[in-house]
Order: sequence, then structure tokens, then C-alpha cells
Amino acid sequence: MSQQGYVATPPYSQAQPGMGGYPAGFGSTPAQPLYRHYGGPPQSFPAPPTGMMKPVSSPSGMPPPQVPSHYGSNGQQNGAHPQSYPAPPYGQPPQSPYHSMAHQGPPPAQQLTNQMGAMNLGYGPGPMQSPQVPPTSPPTQQPFQTAPPPAMGHSPLGPPPTGPHSSQMAPPQSPLAGPPMAGPQSMGGPPPMGGMGRPFPGPPPPGAGGFQQPGPGAAGPPGHPQQLQGQFGGQMAGPGMAGPGMAGPGMAGPFQGGAAQMAGPPQKKLDPDSIPSTTQVIEDDQAKRGGQVYTTNLRGQVPPLVTTDYTVQDQGNASPRFMRCTTYSFPCTADLAKQCQVPLATIIKPFATVPKNETPMYVVNHGETGPIRCNRCKAYMCPYMQFMDGGRRYQCGFCNCVNEVPPFYFQHLDHMGKRVDFYERPELSLGSYEFAATLDYCKNNKPASPPAYIFMIDVSYANIKSGLVRLVCDELKTLLDNLPREDGAESSMVKVGFVTYNKILHFYNVKSALAQPQMMVVSDTAEMFVPLLDGFLVNFQESRAVINNLLDQIPDMFADTNESETVFAPVIQAGVEALKAAECSGKLFIFHSSIPTAEAPGKLKNRDDKKLINTEKEKTLFQPQKAVYEQLSKDCVSQGCSVDLFLFPSQYVDIATMGDVATHTGGSIFKYSNFQVERDGQHFLSDLRKDVEKAIGFDAIMRVRTSTGFRATDFFGAIHMNNTTDVEMAAVDCDKAVTVEFKHDDTLSEETGALMQCALLYTTISGQRRLRIHNLSLNCSAQLSELYKSCETDALINFFTKSAYRAMLNQPLKTVRENLVNQAAHMLACYRKNCASPSAASQLILPDAMKVFPVYLNSLLKTGPLVGSAELSTDDRAHQRLSTTAMGVEDTQLLLYPRLIPLHNMDVASDVVPTPVRCSEERLTDAGMFLLENGCSLFLWLGQACPPELIQSIFNVPSLAHVPVDLRSLPELDNPQSKKLRSIVDSLLDQRPSSMKLLIVKQKDRSEIMFRQHLVEDKGLHGGASYMDFLCYVHREIRQVLT
Amino acid sequence: MATFPEFIAQNEERDGVRFSWNVWPSSRLEATRMVVPVASLFTPLKERPELPPIQYEPVLCSRVTCRAVLNPLCQVDYRAKLWACNFCYQRNQFPPTYAGISDVNQPAELLPQFSTIEYVVQRGPLMPLVFLYVVDTCMEDEDLQALKESLQMSLSLLPPTALVGLITFGRMIQVHELGCEGISKSYVFRGTKDLNAKQLQEMLGLTKPTAAQAGRGPQAPQAPLSNRFLQPVQKIDMNLTDLLGELQRDPWPVTQGKRPLRSLGSAMSIAVGLLECTFPNTGARIMTFIGGPATQGPGMVVGDELKAPIRSWHDIEKDNAKFMKKGTKHYEALASRASTNGHIIDIYACALDQTGLLEMKCCSNHTGGYMVMADSFTTSLFKQTFQRVFTKDVSGAFKMAFAGTLEIKTSREIKISGAIGPCVSLNAKGPCVSENEIGTGGTSQWKICGLDHNTTLAVYFEVVNQHNAPIPQGGRGAVQYVTQYQHSSGQKRIRVTTTARNWADAGTQIQSIAASFDQEASAILMARLAVYRAETEEGPDVLRWLDRQLIRLCQKFGDYHKDDPNSFRFSETFSLYPQFMFHLRRSPFLQVFNNSPDESSYYRHQFMRQDLTQSLIMIQPILYAYSFNGPPECVSTVVCSGPALLSVQISTVDFNTLQTDSVVHISLKRPVLLDSSSILPDRILLMDTFFQILIYHGETVSQWRKAGYQELPEYENFRHLLQAPVDDAQEILHSRFPMPRYIDTEHGGSQARFLLSKVNPSQTHNNMYAWGQESGAPILTDDVSLQVFMDHLKKLAVSSAA
Repeated sequence: MSQQGYVATPPYSQAQPGMGGYPAGFGSTPAQPLYRHYGGPPQSFPAPPTGMMKPVSSPSGMPPPQVPSHYGSNGQQNGAHPQSYPAPPYGQPPQSPYHSMAHQGPPPAQQLTNQMGAMNLGYGPGPMQSPQVPPTSPPTQQPFQTAPPPAMGHSPLGPPPTGPHSSQMAPPQSPLAGPPMAGPQSMGGPPPMGGMGRPFPGPPPPGAGGFQQPGPGAAGPPGHPQQLQGQFGGQMAGPGMAGPGMAGPGMAGPFQGGAAQMAGPPQKKLDPDSIPSTTQVIEDDQAKRGGQVYTTNLRGQVPPLVTTDYTVQDQGNASPRFMRCTTYSFPCTADLAKQCQVPLATIIKPFATVPKNETPMYVVNHGETGPIRCNRCKAYMCPYMQFMDGGRRYQCGFCNCVNEVPPFYFQHLDHMGKRVDFYERPELSLGSYEFAATLDYCKNNKPASPPAYIFMIDVSYANIKSGLVRLVCDELKTLLDNLPREDGAESSMVKVGFVTYNKILHFYNVKSALAQPQMMVVSDTAEMFVPLLDGFLVNFQESRAVINNLLDQIPDMFADTNESETVFAPVIQAGVEALKAAECSGKLFIFHSSIPTAEAPGKLKNRDDKKLINTEKEKTLFQPQKAVYEQLSKDCVSQGCSVDLFLFPSQYVDIATMGDVATHTGGSIFKYSNFQVERDGQHFLSDLRKDVEKAIGFDAIMRVRTSTGFRATDFFGAIHMNNTTDVEMAAVDCDKAVTVEFKHDDTLSEETGALMQCALLYTTISGQRRLRIHNLSLNCSAQLSELYKSCETDALINFFTKSAYRAMLNQPLKTVRENLVNQAAHMLACYRKNCASPSAASQLILPDAMKVFPVYLNSLLKTGPLVGSAELSTDDRAHQRLSTTAMGVEDTQLLLYPRLIPLHNMDVASDVVPTPVRCSEERLTDAGMFLLENGCSLFLWLGQACPPELIQSIFNVPSLAHVPVDLRSLPELDNPQSKKLRSIVDSLLDQRPSSMKLLIVKQKDRSEIMFRQHLVEDKGLHGGASYMDFLCYVHREIRQVLT
Repeated sequence: MATFPEFIAQNEERDGVRFSWNVWPSSRLEATRMVVPVASLFTPLKERPELPPIQYEPVLCSRVTCRAVLNPLCQVDYRAKLWACNFCYQRNQFPPTYAGISDVNQPAELLPQFSTIEYVVQRGPLMPLVFLYVVDTCMEDEDLQALKESLQMSLSLLPPTALVGLITFGRMIQVHELGCEGISKSYVFRGTKDLNAKQLQEMLGLTKPTAAQAGRGPQAPQAPLSNRFLQPVQKIDMNLTDLLGELQRDPWPVTQGKRPLRSLGSAMSIAVGLLECTFPNTGARIMTFIGGPATQGPGMVVGDELKAPIRSWHDIEKDNAKFMKKGTKHYEALASRASTNGHIIDIYACALDQTGLLEMKCCSNHTGGYMVMADSFTTSLFKQTFQRVFTKDVSGAFKMAFAGTLEIKTSREIKISGAIGPCVSLNAKGPCVSENEIGTGGTSQWKICGLDHNTTLAVYFEVVNQHNAPIPQGGRGAVQYVTQYQHSSGQKRIRVTTTARNWADAGTQIQSIAASFDQEASAILMARLAVYRAETEEGPDVLRWLDRQLIRLCQKFGDYHKDDPNSFRFSETFSLYPQFMFHLRRSPFLQVFNNSPDESSYYRHQFMRQDLTQSLIMIQPILYAYSFNGPPECVSTVVCSGPALLSVQISTVDFNTLQTDSVVHISLKRPVLLDSSSILPDRILLMDTFFQILIYHGETVSQWRKAGYQELPEYENFRHLLQAPVDDAQEILHSRFPMPRYIDTEHGGSQARFLLSKVNPSQTHNNMYAWGQESGAPILTDDVSLQVFMDHLKKLAVSSAA
């Protein structure tokens, strides 16, 4: 089917369901600012969309049945006002809307902008003509901000869909086919209707041309497709995109549909400001929901963005900090799910840090019998259990089995059928809580013991010479005072042990009774074992003197070593054996320098072959060397031994293999290439501190239970799976997330929704066995529009990242990239086909909730692992791939869309961090100073014309030229600018899971290249399209899907 | 000419050699008819304080296949400065340094009194002594404490330049690096794996340093005379003392019903490997202290399940000892590695249960190491034995010697069949090696890694001269023993003993041959042969063989009428021999009943290395009686006064006449028959079995003692009586190595069983009434008594059917 004739619905408007803003926004112009003009100033589209928007507010009013197939649907999706628009669209053939819009709309350009605005806003009056309005102009935002009572958003949006949707569903396709065709033809002159403009209408020039085009397939393909395909499918050649000439047409294509048209209005470029902006979306959400209390009492409620600052009140569903879904409304049937191709997934971060102002976890103790569970599905007592029979029995919300209430747990029900003690029991009223586990939940039915941290330091020549060993030893003396402890506990119960190694291992007996430490050397690396039992793992407080003695001696003991070979697998093996002997779980901190070449199990050789890049075999670079390491992972997991790897390589170390164990045991990998104490010391130490001190649970096993009709099928994370349901994690800390994908088994009911319960059995830092339960309920709907409305882009991209990074182990990168784009195109095409109001094929229509999805996806495609460039080190690519596997939504969001914070005009008086700008070179100014961070790196970019006063106040040097580039931290100066900047940096460092090394980059310096890699809206340095080009490409794909 | 007994004693005194026959039958045929082969007991390092070592090297026969040492038996042509080798008849020039030689100016080695002479080799560096302690930590704290103290004490007994090393083991094995400042280091190995020397060398990093040093250049020259694991006592005395002090019991938990996991086999393997790659062919002792059986890894002898007991003789007979073969093989391999490099393995096994000596015996047996068995490290048996290892002679040198080799050269008429003792073959074939092997044969050289003044080898010869090639009158057969060893001072020394015996034609001179019979030496030589066979053959077969030999000897040398047992008479030179055989048959060396396999191995180990006197005591213990006024006594001292027993002659002495008030306790002591009739109520008996010193108080005496008479002033003589055997026992205890078990018991005491099992059961529950005497104590046994044994022997000897 061709999409041309259709007016796309304004998906955006729908996306904002939660916003209370709609009502308020109606009629006003505010929308524009948010989305600006996609089409760029010149092209203005009529503001037809506005009309569409209206429905949103009063969808319920629409008569579902009558609605012609898609129009109806459009209307609904848009949340359109039936009233305002209704008559014409329904009655008329597709074209009419366009016409009308066209009429209304002034210049095309404006229209475009209007459309965009409309989408956001609901609807702007036809005549929105202020394309020039600055995107962020405050006034426009206001409406939204003021509007918001959360509840509001829902009421209008929530209910309506059902009716209309159902009707749409059936007919959609047939009608489309007919009208669309007609549409285009008839629309000769009129400019594109921006009706739909919202999304991306804004193709530059004469929108009209685009619409007229008969079939995109026909016209479009010839020129553009080739280019694009070539670029995206394979390596994206920077230049191709860049070429000015190309750019014009390329872009035009997607938007306009026809190259021919280009000629006329062609030269106009798309205004980058007009395409959906992530920063804008973030800002809007922050404005709308920031600082508010998010109450989790409603099913299927879409939470604020991860970037938004909000407070959660648990009222029966887990906080989005713990569980965040790709969509909060599941399609009712497998067919629908398949049709839309939107992944159904939840990202679970079971130990997520909660802000101090939110309630900490309650611990429930059900006594000796252990937590109450459903007899059939073993789900734990939770708010979804329905009590009946006067409280004597309850029905499991997951499997519907009716269970007896154990006598000790009996409680009467009130007149609502609620237990009288509902509010006294966390497991009945909260989404997240913990159970104290009984011996049945312990290994071998023995109570667990507190975990142990083992520090294993590579003392081979490289590490000694770099000064690392001394640095670590010195740091440990103080760091060990801060081992994690139970809330309120006086000291940590965590035991510590020390191992040094090169090609043999040295264990240390640091029993408090000893006058001096004892070193035990194990040189039999073929069959590793732990040489001592007593005195290896000790309480730091008790053995402080001996440990300090030891840490003083280690650097000297090996000072004149010339051993440069190392072993690796035996080191981990030793750690596992030690924990096994001590019968506890724990974590290994390994400080390693080089690829393990010594004769021992797990010996590796350099297999870094750049020639493999962009071939079928490229995947082998990322596949770990199996055998030894695979078994090692299993051993680790079964012992609850997590491995954190700190690497200090000076050349290739095969991270794909070395990091394998860490990424299966809930560990992290830190990498400091060419480590130098002066340069990287602080960075490393703060990573180490964070890592040692963070909250963590051990020897965990996680099970995700779901209500009938769907189930968890795939899991991504730093986990190990022995079977298809139990997620085993040697350890899980506050930054580790598991992404769980769901598939349908059966039909879901809209009435009962989709319930999920994540139960995590683990050992606390003090050695208690606990069950952490997170419950979440989602809506189900037979309407795809519902699904698209409650999508969560950040969660989606998290899923896509993880699944792509996994897929690249088994498929050529090219295929992986293509699949990503294909799936995205399918998702969007499905939306357009089923949910959006008809619009010209040349219009790119994005669901509001996904409107920035392309920028993330594009950024993902440009990430090191996927980009396939010989200029990137294989280790770096592997490292990034591995470290992403356990990332939560916040981390992937930031990684794929770094924050670029302008500093030159910050308000030193306020303590607010300046609003980030879009990640594009165009946003930089010569006279500016910017901070860029993505969770891994932190850059301070200094424009060439950066005011000397600013330089002076921050660096205490007279001019830019004097700024030392090797500065690792900002000088502490007593002036507002310096203080402000340092506080910004500190707060950023504080928020991120790992510390970031501050790099100072001067404009036009060579080091700027590294900085530019992170400007994700620009063309990739190693290949990859700019945001704009990518949109065009996606649009093309969508059109292809639709034809 | 002196009598044979004098001749024998003199020879033993001077050369440490005793032959079974001191006149040799001149042909192979006759020799085989002698029943007891021509053989010698040789004590290579027989203590000769008056023998000054000679500070030059021996002169050797120039014939490559001979290389015999110039000795007093050689014919010397002083004028031509030539000497003729008395073994191969090669004529040799004296070396230039002997230019001044003449018949009045003879070098010591030509003087007849220097038939045994010791040379000091001046070449080569002084080798350090190496002592490597291998210590079990799987034992009770009390035991470990005692052991630690003993070890610390031993450090003070070592010469300051001696190198020491420490390996401890339990579930794991730790090789301790010595002399570390600030931190104590050890290399740890798992006990379940056997490592060869090369692997060990790599794992201990023993190759690297030298390579690195060589690379650095100037420091290279300092030879690796010590390494991180073996360092001079003077340097790491304090360090090692502390290290030993800090030794802890093996920390790995031992669950109920389990034995601790003890990696003894691997630990020994590592000890052997460590010395192998650091000090090959240098004298070194591996001293292993074990508190229980090896329970894991190579060389394990029992599983860790307590419910499965360690193998017994019964299991072994039933082929039900599943670890034994494998274990034995492991230790045999170790023994061979150690002996190849001249290293000694000592085993100090102190535990109430067996520790696997049966499997490990070869380690000590093949390397000349000590084997000591005690109940606990807290016993004085262990402590004093261990201390005694380090006793020094008058010159302040240890009485032990290291890395010895014994080479034997013989005249053409006889060849060497083999040797039995703490040695291994060096596989040196040569003209004097016989094809008929007895013991460790097929060689003329043996390695004896560890030697002391008592170490005695039995060497068996074969007369090869053909009957039809008579030896000229006055011809003598000569044997030269050349013992090279490392003296405890580090010097290399060579001791040469050259002896010769006359030939005699058995057809005509059978009396002189019979008169030259040394029945004591012969008994031991035959016993060693029997014990050697018992290690590999079934017990009854060995006994049958022994019996047959005895009967044949009686037939050959007895004086009797055919088929008339009563007519049988044996000459004095043979008269004790049957009695020795009787006791040997009953001894723990051939009887395993009532002994654990470990005990058997231990007893056999001692028997195979001790000298003649000690060996005789082992076969036939000595019994002394102490009493106030016993009846006239039969005083045939067991060892010396020969004729008494067979003819049951009784010489009586009236002790009352000897008795004076002043020397009560001395005169009270008298040797008595090792017979149940010697056990009387009013006597105190002192028995020395070599392994045990037992004091037995007769029924009456023990009642007196219980009543406390010895405390009363008026019964001072009783106190003296009680004290007398104790003093005598102390004297023995002080001189013997290893320390015997000291037992003080009384009539009816459980420990009295040791006495009852040794005495000749002349009175048993079967015949006590027949004898009708109230004296003596009946022994509850079905064993035959000496009298019955003799009766049978005579009957068989005179039987024409036999």
C-alpha cells in the first residue's frame, strides 16, 4: 500500500498521554516551540494536524463504529477531537483533508512547523505560523507546564482508544489502498499537508511535490535508495552523506517523495532544529513531570523519563527505577505483537538506588514456613492476589489458582473485599518489598555467610612499573574502611582477602594473630587451589595491622621483578576456590595488565585481526575463547563469585575473552589503556572506590513470573542461565540491570492486564538470605495505538542495544545493522499504517512516544561495536559491547545521547545545571565552553574564542593557549564560575555508576576528534549517518515496508 | 695360631668383616654342599677411632676392569717400583709420588695392620650437608608442639654451615622459603598431584634466578650453593626457629568419621624433587616426620573414611589392600630417585595406628635412611632417638656419612652374588659379578646413601673355582671392599678394606672348614636371606626353606648314626646355630601374626641394617634375672657360652658365695635362659629384644612393690633390687639407636605379653602338669618349644629318607 495520500496522524500528541497539558494546550500555539519546524523555516505546512489533534482531548466522543477505517483510527490516535474535525474527514475521501489543510495552512514552511507543534500540543489553530519561534522559547512551553495534572492526561486518553481502535483494526488496510493512491494525484499543487507534519513532515522544500508523487517506490527509489542503502546497510560512508549535493536530494527524498521536485525548492536544507530533539523531549518531560510525585497506583501508567527528576510513591507497582518497560500497554494477541514488532520487554534493575526521600525496602517475615506463595505457580504474595471467601482463600493473579490462606496469615476482608490489614502489610500494598528467606532458600540448607571481597593484584613488570601496584595497595588501606555494610550496622561484615600474581599466584595469610603476614605461593596453575583456609579471608578491622603491613610490603617485594608473563583464568579459579572453601559468596577485584600468555589454562594469544573487519568473520573478534572461560563462568556463578576486572593494558588483551567471566557474573570491566598514575590514577581510584562501596547482593537467582498469556523468553544482562527461566547472577549491584523480553503464549485480556513479578533471591552484604520482589502491572489492549501511546523510547533503545550487541556474536555486523533498521522501520510503518491519520507518503510520521527513537537508533548504529571501523581498537569495541550488557535504561540513554552542557552562559547564581543542548557540532560556538558526558567520558570543550575572563576564572591562566591540556581535574579557585563548574562536574560524577576521566579539549586541537565522536547527531567519524540523513533513510525504509 | 673365635673377633675389630666360613672350600661343588654360602657381614664405617685418615688418594690397579686399590696383600718389587695387583695380577708402576718407596719406607697401605685404611680425597669442593625437614601438620596440638620443640632443638645440633630446608604438609604441601624479611613465604602445592623434578623446578622458580643472574653478569659467579629454600643454619637459625614456632596444625576441617587429608606421598615427592634439582649427588637427608597415614594423592595408603581401616596382613593376603600396590610403587620410585642422587630419606612415624611404613619402607631401606616408629612425638622414644641422630664422635663430626658407594673386588676364584642391606645396585657389571643373584645382585657396586657406624651389609659370594682346577697350596682368596662416601665434614673419603681367607679342599680338610664356621655370622647371614625372601614370598615357604637348610647343615656337619636321633651330636662351632634358627622362626621378622604390616616392616628394616651383635639380640633376646637368693642357676649366657643348650648341660654356680652386702645389686644380676622356666615369682627379669627393654616383676616381687616395701628404710636392699634392672636398662637405652621402647611391667600385667611371646615355651598349658614343677610360668601357646624343635630336628637330620 502506498502511504502517499494519507495524512499522517500526529502521533506525538498521543505520546503525551500523561500530560495534563492537552486540554490546556488546545487552541493555543504552544506546540510549535516544542517540536519546532521539522521542515525548516522555509517550508511551512498547513497546520492540518491541529485538527487532528483535537480529537485527542475528547476521543470518547467519537462514534467508533462509523469511523472509516483509518480516519477513525487517526482520530483516535491523535486523540483527535472528533468534534472539531470529524465531519469532513470521515465523510470525505482522503484527499479532502489535505485540501482543507492546505487551504488553511499558509506557507508550507509554516505549516510544517505548525504541524509539529500541533502534534505536540494537541492542536494549534490552523494558522500556526510562527516557524521562527525558537524551539525552546519559554512561552510555548508554559502551557504544558502549567497544564499537567497527571490524572488529566489519562482520563481523556486512556478510555477512548478502545472503542475506536477496535474498529480501525479490521478495515485499515483495504481502505488505505484505495484512497491513498487517489490522494496524491489529486493533490497536485497544494503543499504537503502538514497535517501530519507533526513528525517529520518537514521535508524541506515544497512539501507539495512530495505529495504529488505517485508512488514513492517508483520515483523515490531510483536516486536515493541506492545511496542510502549503500550507506546504511554497509558501512556508512561519511562522505556520501556529507556531500552537499547529495544531501539535498537525499533528504528530500524521504520527505518529499520525489527527486524531481527537489529541483524547485531544493536548495533549502532541513533545519536541524525541526527534527525531533531529544534534549527537547527531556526538557519537556522534566518541565511537565519533574519534581513531582509519581504514584504507582495505576495499571499501565507510563512513568516519567529516566532523565526526569521525580519522586516515586509505591502504591502497588514497582518503581520505574526497578522496572521499566518498553511499552506499558501490551497488545492482546501475538498477532498484534508480531504486526507491530515493538519489542515487549522490561528492564529490571533490582537493586536500583532509591533517593533518600523515597521509602526504603520493607522486609517482610512470614516466619518459619517462609514467604507465602501460590501453590501452583509459586508466585509470592503480592498485591495481585485476590482474597475471597471471607479471607480464607486467595486467587493467584498470575495463574488463577485458588489457594488456602494459611491460618497465621488469615485476616478478614472489609466491605470492598480488601483485607483489613492491607496497609499494614507491604506485600499486599506495595510493588516492591523483601521477604526474609528461610533455610529452604539457602544453599545446602545452611545459613549463608557474609560475602568476601578478594583483591587480586597483577604484580608483573607492567603493573609495577606503571606504579599501579603501589597505588592500589595504598588506596586499599583506607578504602577497606568503607566496605558496604547493612543499614545501621556498625561495621561491615564483608571479609577481605589478598592475592598477588604474575605467572604464579601468591596468597596471603593475614590472620590477626600473626605478627607478620605469610605469603603462600601457588605455582601449579594447571590445577588451581587455595593453599590456606584460615587467615585468608579476614575481617579488615580485626586484621588491620597485618593487612597494612602486607600492603606496605607488596610494592617493595616485587619492586625489581622482571616477570612479564601473567596468568588469568587460574586467578579467577583461585578466587572461586577460596570462596568455595570459605563457603561464602563474594567478589573478586582483579587488577590485571596484559594478555595472559603464561603456560596455564586460559592462556590467550593475540587474535586481533583487523582484516576481519567488515567480513563475515568479524563476529569472531567478539566471541570469547570458549572452553576454560565458559566453565569458569559456571563455577563462579554456582559459587556466587562475581568478578570485577580492572584492566591496564598497553596493547591488545582480548577483552572479548577476558571480560567474558565478568559479564556472566554480574561484574564490571574497567579499562585504563596505557595507564599512568599521574594521568589516570584519580580516575581509576574513584572507579575503584565506587565499585567497592556500592550496594550489592550476592549469589542471586531471579525469576520473572507473568500472568497467563505471556511469558519471559529472553534475558540480557551480566547473568548466567542454566535453564530457560532462572536468571543466575553471582552478584547484582545497584547499577546492573537485566533486560527481559516477553512473548505471547495466548491472548491477553484487557480486563486483567499483564502482570509480572520479579523475584530475586539473594544474599545480603551481611550474609542474610532475602527475596526481593518487584511487581508490575501493565495494560493490555487490542488497539495498537494504545501500545504506541505508552511506549518508552529509552527502554526500547536499551532493549535494541542489548539485543543487537548479542546478535553481533552470531551474525555479520551488516546483518545486525540492517535488522535494527528494519525492525525500527517496521515498528514505525505499522504505526503509520494502523494508527496514524492518512498523510502523504512523503511525510515521515512518528508516534509521539517514539519520536526521538531514530536519533537513539542512529547513535546505536554508530557505536564502536556496530560501526565496524578498522580505526577503532578491537578491545575498545569489545569492551563497550560487554559493558553495555548490564546497563540500565539511564545508562544506555546517556551513552547513546550524551549531554552537551553549555557553560559559557551559565547562571552562576542558580544551582541548576544548565540545560543541555543537542549533540551536534552546530550547537557549539567558538566563544563557548561545553561539557559533554555520556557516562563513560567527560569532556570540557573550549571554543577558540572562549572569553579569557572565563578561562581565567576557571583555569587561572590568562588565555586559552595557556590552558594545560593534561589537566586531570579542575583547579579549585575561589570564584563563582569555578565553583559552579566544579559542582556541576562533581554532581555528574556522583550520579554515574562509573567515574569519568575529565578530558580538556580545545577546539581544533587534535584531541577534538575524540570529543566529536560523541556528537551523535552529526555524521560519525568512523562511518554512520547524521541524524538528518538517518531520518531520511528510515523514512525510505518505512515507505518500502508500506508498499 | 690363635683360635678361630679369636681370629674372628680380631678381624671384626679391625676390618668390620665377619665371614660365614673362615676357610673356604676350594670348588664350586663343595661350596654348594656347605649349605651356608660363603658370605660376609660387612660394616663399612666400623668405628675405628684410632685409624688416622690418610691425606692422599689411593693407588689403583691400572687395569681398567680391575681398578683395585693397592693393599698389604699385594706383592711389591721395591727396586723396580712395581706392584702386582693381587686380584688381577696386573703389574703396575708406582706413581711418581712413591719414588722414595723401599722395604723400610713403606706407605701405610702396605702395612699389614692397615688392612683397613681410609683416604681423604683432596679434590673437589667441600660439600655442604643438607637437611630437609618434611613435617606433617595433621596431628594433635600436643604432638605438634613436641615435634616443633624437637626440631628447634635439632637446629642447634647442626653444624652452622649445614643447609636446612623446611617442607610442611597436611592437605597441602608448603615449601618454605627461608630468610625472608617482614613476611614469611612458602610455595604451596596440592597434595593430590605428583610433580616431576622439572615441573617442580619451574614452579619453585629455581631455574630463573640463575638465568637472571647470568644475565646480569657480575653477580653470576656466586655458585648456587644455597637457594631460597635451603640455607645455612647460621644464617636463618632465628628465622627458622620462629617459623617452626608458628607452625599450626593443618587448618582444613576434618569432619566426623574422616581422617585428615594428609598428602604425605606428594610431600615426599616434592622433597625428593627439590633436592634432586638443587643438590644432586650431594649428601642430604630428607627427614620426614609423620603423624599418620597418607590419605590422599599419590602414595596414599588408606582412604579418608575412618570406617575403612588401614590394611592388615589379613587384607594383604586376601589381596584386599587396594592402595598398597600403587602406594608402594610411588614410594619405590621416590626411593630410586633419591638414591640415584645420593639422598637419604628418614621416616619418623609417630602414631598409634599404622602410618604406611609397609609402603614407604623402601624409602628408608634403599637410601640407608632411618625408620623410627613410636606412638607419639611426645614420647622420649622419639625425642631421644631423634636427638641421637645428631650425636657426634670424639672429633666432633656426625656419626653419619652420606652418599656412599661400596665396591667389592674379589679374587678370580670367587664372585659376588649380591648384597642384602640398606643399599641399591649401581648395576656395575664386571668380571667378579656372579650370575647367580642373592639379594641385590648383578653388580659389584652398591649405593648406600646413608651410613653410620652400625650400618652392615650382608654380602654373598659364590666360589666359582672348578673342582678339577685345584688351587695351589697356600693360595688365598681375597676380597676388597672400597667404600667411598661423603664425610660429615664435607670431605670425600674412601675407606678400603682388604681381607683374605685360605682355601681348603673340602674332601680332605672338611674339619678345618667346619672349625672355621662362624655360627653367629652365619645365623645372621641366613636370617637376612630369609627375611629378604620373606618380603616377596609366602611366609610358610620361607620357613620351609629355612628348615631344609638347617636340616641339611645338620646332616652335613652333625655327628650321628643313621636313623638314631639320640646319637646326634653337633660340634661346638655349630651347637648354637639351631637355637638361633628356632628363635628366628618365631621372630617378627618371619612371623607376621600379631604384628601389623607396619611393625613387620619396621622390624625388618632394623634387622637388615644393624650389625651382628644387635641382630643377634633381635633374633634371640637377652634375658637377665635379678633376685635375692634364687636357687642355683643355669648360667649359659645366651651368646657366648655355646655348648650349654643342646646338651642341656647345667653348670651351677653358688651365687650365695658371691654375695656380699656391698654389691648386692650387682651380684644379683645373672643371665638366664630365654625360657618360660625363667619366669619366677621372686625374680625381676630384664629382657632386651633390641626394640624393647622390658622389666618384669615376678608375682611376689610385684606384691612387695605394691605394698611399698622399697620405701621403708629397713628394706633398702629391696629398693636396690628394684633399682638394679632400671639402671641396667638405662645403660642400654643410652647407647642404642633407635631408642628401644621401655616397658616396666609385672606378673599379670598386660605388657608382660612381650616377654611371654619371646621366651621358649617350655611350659605351656599342655604340658605344665607333666613337668610337675611349680617353677616357671606356663605360656598359653601351641607353639612348639625348643626341646620339641630339637627333637624333630635330630630325627630329620639322621633320617636316611631325608
